[in-house]
Amino acid sequence: MSETIKADLELNLQGLMCPLPVVKISQAIKNVPVGGIIEATATDPGVMADIPAWAKSTGNEMLKVEKEGKVIRFWVKRLK
Amino acid sequence: MSEEKKKASMVVFSGDMDKVMAAFIIATGAAAMGYETTMFFTFWGLKAIQKGNRTGKGFFGKMLGIMNRGGIDRIGPSRFNFGGIGRWMFKKMMSDKGVTPLAQLRQTAIDLGVKLLACQMSMDVMEISREDLIDEVADVVGVAAFIGEAGDSQINLFI
Repeated sequence: MSETIKADLELNLQGLMCPLPVVKISQAIKNVPVGGIIEATATDPGVMADIPAWAKSTGNEMLKVEKEGKVIRFWVKRLK
Repeated sequence: MSEEKKKASMVVFSGDMDKVMAAFIIATGAAAMGYETTMFFTFWGLKAIQKGNRTGKGFFGKMLGIMNRGGIDRIGPSRFNFGGIGRWMFKKMMSDKGVTPLAQLRQTAIDLGVKLLACQMSMDVMEISREDLIDEVADVVGVAAFIGEAGDSQINLFI
């Protein structure tokens, strides 16, 4: 939690399992402008691999990921 | 991402709960990742897009409609079903772990624009009519229509 990233949208994906975190991110990204950032929390460990894969496939960027116990916090930026 | 349209297509041949679940998870995931996704339901797979009413016209068709009744909440796992106990157990285990129920997963696929196609020939053989399928089914088609979709797809699966 060194530098703070200013998010345009916060998303709680805790308790959701595959494929819902990716589905919800893909829907939420439409609600931020290009260049906008989503800060999300999840508990499904699968997001560690799935969100970068989603970002690569859709042409967006995962900025950062942090683990706080069971909770995974990550930031994605809309690039297009 | 290349400029070429990203497409995924799959044949859903199985009507087993576990395999249908895998099919809808892959389809929703692909749609979320920007793939235009098509699912082609044939033979036992039709059960996953049936409303769940009794089907059939002739004697054999009606028997099949009873023994092999469709509807996404009625299908059981490919192993350990034990006359429905396995289905109950898997549903319970999945809901305890917060896994999306199958019917909701199908709805998510529909909401994401996944195209559901039904196989004309297996519907004729099994005496299943268009009215027996859920309204969201986009079309009832043959193999050429599916190959047309599959030919443009980077991902193509048979489940």
